[in-house]
Amino acid sequence: MDTEFFEQLALPLFDSLYNLAHWLTGNRAEAEDLVQETYTKALRGFKSFQEGTNIRAWMFRILRNTFLTSRSGLMARNTSWLEDEDTDMDLTIAHTDTPEALLLRQENQQTIVDALESLPAQFREIILLCEVEEFSYREIAEILSLPIGTVMSRLYRAKHALRHALKAPRRAQHAL
Amino acid sequence: MHCDQDGAMLVQYLDGELSADQASALQQHIGECPRCAAEVSELIGLKHSLRAARSRFTPTIEFRRKIERQIAKPRHNWWRTRFVSALATAAVFLVIAAVLWMQRSRHTDSLGEVADLHVEALASANPVDVVSTDRHTVKPWFQSKIPFSFNIPELTGTEFSLLGGRLVYLHQQPGAQLIFNLRKHEISVLIFQKTTEISNALPAGSRTEKRNSFTVATEDSQQLRFVIIGDADANEMQKLAQLIKIANE
Repeated sequence: MDTEFFEQLALPLFDSLYNLAHWLTGNRAEAEDLVQETYTKALRGFKSFQEGTNIRAWMFRILRNTFLTSRSGLMARNTSWLEDEDTDMDLTIAHTDTPEALLLRQENQQTIVDALESLPAQFREIILLCEVEEFSYREIAEILSLPIGTVMSRLYRAKHALRHALKAPRRAQHAL
Repeated sequence: MHCDQDGAMLVQYLDGELSADQASALQQHIGECPRCAAEVSELIGLKHSLRAARSRFTPTIEFRRKIERQIAKPRHNWWRTRFVSALATAAVFLVIAAVLWMQRSRHTDSLGEVADLHVEALASANPVDVVSTDRHTVKPWFQSKIPFSFNIPELTGTEFSLLGGRLVYLHQQPGAQLIFNLRKHEISVLIFQKTTEISNALPAGSRTEKRNSFTVATEDSQQLRFVIIGDADANEMQKLAQLIKIANE
């Protein structure tokens, strides 16, 4: 396992690692620091990487763990780290909007981006891993060091929260 | 309209995380339940719109280069380390080789000069400054001329005979050249004090080598360095060298 091999495996992940890093940190400078540290750690730990196992999940796991210890990661943990036990959060979907209206709304890219950004880091992270990176639940469980059941429930609640956030601007408009 | 369908199940269904059996059962349910159908279509819409987040942020080219360099760096370092150490090793060897070569070439030059002295003496009309077969005559002749003294071996009972001696200079160092005769062969014995110049110029220790058509033997005593040169065979040359050495121990 040499550097050249690492380069072949890890460098193609650069764009998506950066994208997630930016989503998590919220700015370019921190995202760059996060990605750089991820590659440094990965390169250093590459000997321990088992050939044939999932390098993508491995790299994202490093990125995510690195994020948790970063400044914005700690902030996210302190401010909005939700418990994974079932909360009293109302999970029933409010059908105030028709699906068609919602779809139209969702077609607006800025709206979805804003909604994602409004989510707690924990929710944003799991949605991005699932929907953007298309990791399986098993892979997400590996990346986040969570039991698969927790991945399922958190993902469900995250998607619910996202939908809630998507409706929020319209509610605000209605209120006016 | 009542549906007790678990909402999380629909999410898992769309994420492709249900088993084939679970998926087909749920599919059937969605076909019958408008509420779940609406929910699924909303979730599909959400999935679709989340594609916008896929390449929302793109790294700069500069940053990409930086990471590429970072990954490539250890390898370059490794290569550089290897290269530098190889270069250093090569340099050390080169220096050693150069020193050896210089020494050798100096030795070569000096032995060549010794050979010249020998030839010059033989070619000269007056090969020796002091003509004497008597070692007790030759030795005192050198006393005021060279800054050291040496012994000439007793040659009685050997085939060697002393022809005489003359004063020589090698690398600005004064020395004695004694000429011996062995049957038809003339042999020169050059005696020098072990000064730095002579030590550098003439190889140390007992050795015999061929130089042009001559055999050259070298010997050392405590203070002196001897070079025996002549056209006799190597055994005879070494025999004389031994006699000289023993006489000066």
